[in-house]
Amino acid sequence: MSLQFVVDGLLTGSMIGLGAIGVTLTYSILRFSNFAHGDFMAWGTYATLTVVSAIGAVFGKVAPIGPLSFGWPLLVALVTGMAFTALLALLLDKVLFSRLRSQGQAIIVVMASFGASMALRSLLEFTFTSRPTYFSRAIQIAMPVGFGIRITPDQIALLLLTAVLVLGVHLLMTRTQTGRSMQALSQNAALARIAGIDVASVIRVTWIIGGALACVAGVMIGILVQIRPFMGFDMLLPMFAAAILGGIGSIPGAVLGGLIIGLAEAGAVQLIGAEWRAAVSFIILMAVLFVRPMGLFGVRER
Amino acid sequence: MSETVLDVRDLEAGYEPGVPIVRGASITVSKGEIVVVLGPNGAGKSSFIKAIAGLVPITGGTVFLDGKDITAAPAHTMVRLGLAFVPQTENIFPLMSVEDNLKVACGILERREIPARIEEMYAAFPDLVRQRRTAAGNLSGGQRQMLAVARALIVHPKVLVLDEPSAGLSPKFVSMVFEMLAGIRKSGVTILLVEQNAKAALAIGDRAYVLVEGKDRHEGVASELWNDPVVAELYLGQRPSRAGKGGAA
Repeated sequence: MSLQFVVDGLLTGSMIGLGAIGVTLTYSILRFSNFAHGDFMAWGTYATLTVVSAIGAVFGKVAPIGPLSFGWPLLVALVTGMAFTALLALLLDKVLFSRLRSQGQAIIVVMASFGASMALRSLLEFTFTSRPTYFSRAIQIAMPVGFGIRITPDQIALLLLTAVLVLGVHLLMTRTQTGRSMQALSQNAALARIAGIDVASVIRVTWIIGGALACVAGVMIGILVQIRPFMGFDMLLPMFAAAILGGIGSIPGAVLGGLIIGLAEAGAVQLIGAEWRAAVSFIILMAVLFVRPMGLFGVRER
Repeated sequence: MSETVLDVRDLEAGYEPGVPIVRGASITVSKGEIVVVLGPNGAGKSSFIKAIAGLVPITGGTVFLDGKDITAAPAHTMVRLGLAFVPQTENIFPLMSVEDNLKVACGILERREIPARIEEMYAAFPDLVRQRRTAAGNLSGGQRQMLAVARALIVHPKVLVLDEPSAGLSPKFVSMVFEMLAGIRKSGVTILLVEQNAKAALAIGDRAYVLVEGKDRHEGVASELWNDPVVAELYLGQRPSRAGKGGAA
């Protein structure tokens, strides 16, 4: 068995993990499964693509950075896309989720997110068609790094970006007042208010982080695979499986869960064939729910 | 007559519109006092102080803190206004360390002030120092109550409001909690508490009110209320005594 699956798995796992951070935060702080999270990914990616094209139209062809397939326009576009996706998440919360949340029934919010997901996806198909598109059609040469593993410069850059973002979010959650407020709100909303925490502002931060990271995950898929309106929706099951495997509310758990699922998927593709890829998240999800429903880093609800 | 810190007039409050639990209750708390609110089960004591803290919707009456109307203030603004509330149960963040429980409550303090203020809390509650890295959910019942009180005190409140601080604690911890409250008052903090454990609460209190069916029905000096026949009657013939229910939570 070739060890190449390790690189593939880590990359898929990074995308899943970045998405799962948003899922796990929304679930632990707002107490609902946001099925529109995958569509935040897709919208962020199309927003990034739009900005890249706009920059291309203004500045013409820009040379890529070193051995990478993309130049500064993609970086600028990514930051813009992250801001856009964060705003989209805030807007959706304001017009839809927050109103339903105040009625107090979580299932209504979940269903609403399902509807929002379909609407968002259809709008993308309507605007951009369902034909796949790409950030770059350039072919990158994968460099051998030993043990029969090959990796492209893009892949290295994206793994590093993931590591930086995950570390950043982890530090934010554990070392800052904002992060502590988020933890507090997820553990006991009433006490959080008593302790002087402005719940509305913590919820806004949650959407901003979740939306921005969803955009990054989407753009990673766009760079490494392709851009399609369904790209985010197809990630829902692995993202939820990762969030639950890691333990709801845990950032390191979500990322580790993503990496495990990514590696398991890549391993399964090599061992038993690509048609089983999608089954892997499902099997892991079921196994976790049967054996350890609180996940790796989760705590049993009392 | 000393300065009034908390002035609650004709308070009406309840979770459902048209179904008030608190029905026109009035109390005052003066600076440096410990005021106890007693009453039989279901008298609305807990809802009464939760309404003051902004946690139960208020439908009538007013709450003034230091002369300022705080009746409509949202719960999360109360610490800034000077009112710190300690709920009866679930009054700590169980998965966060003791230190993070304290830090997260420091939102209204100056950033520079926070480390010193946390050390002051550890000095006041030495039991917590050894546990500073422990998840708060692993503390004993008494230590949890200390942490909950420390969390409320850390923001220099004008008045500390507690909902049955002795509930669910073993007798040993009950006396510890009341000693702690007496100590806090000595340091100059004004205290309002609701208690089932009337005897212990009256022993440390200055004045007390008896709340029945959502209304304040009787008021008196704490040390005299224990033997006051009216109080016994308001408790429907029962002596207002109930020891801790035993077993640390």
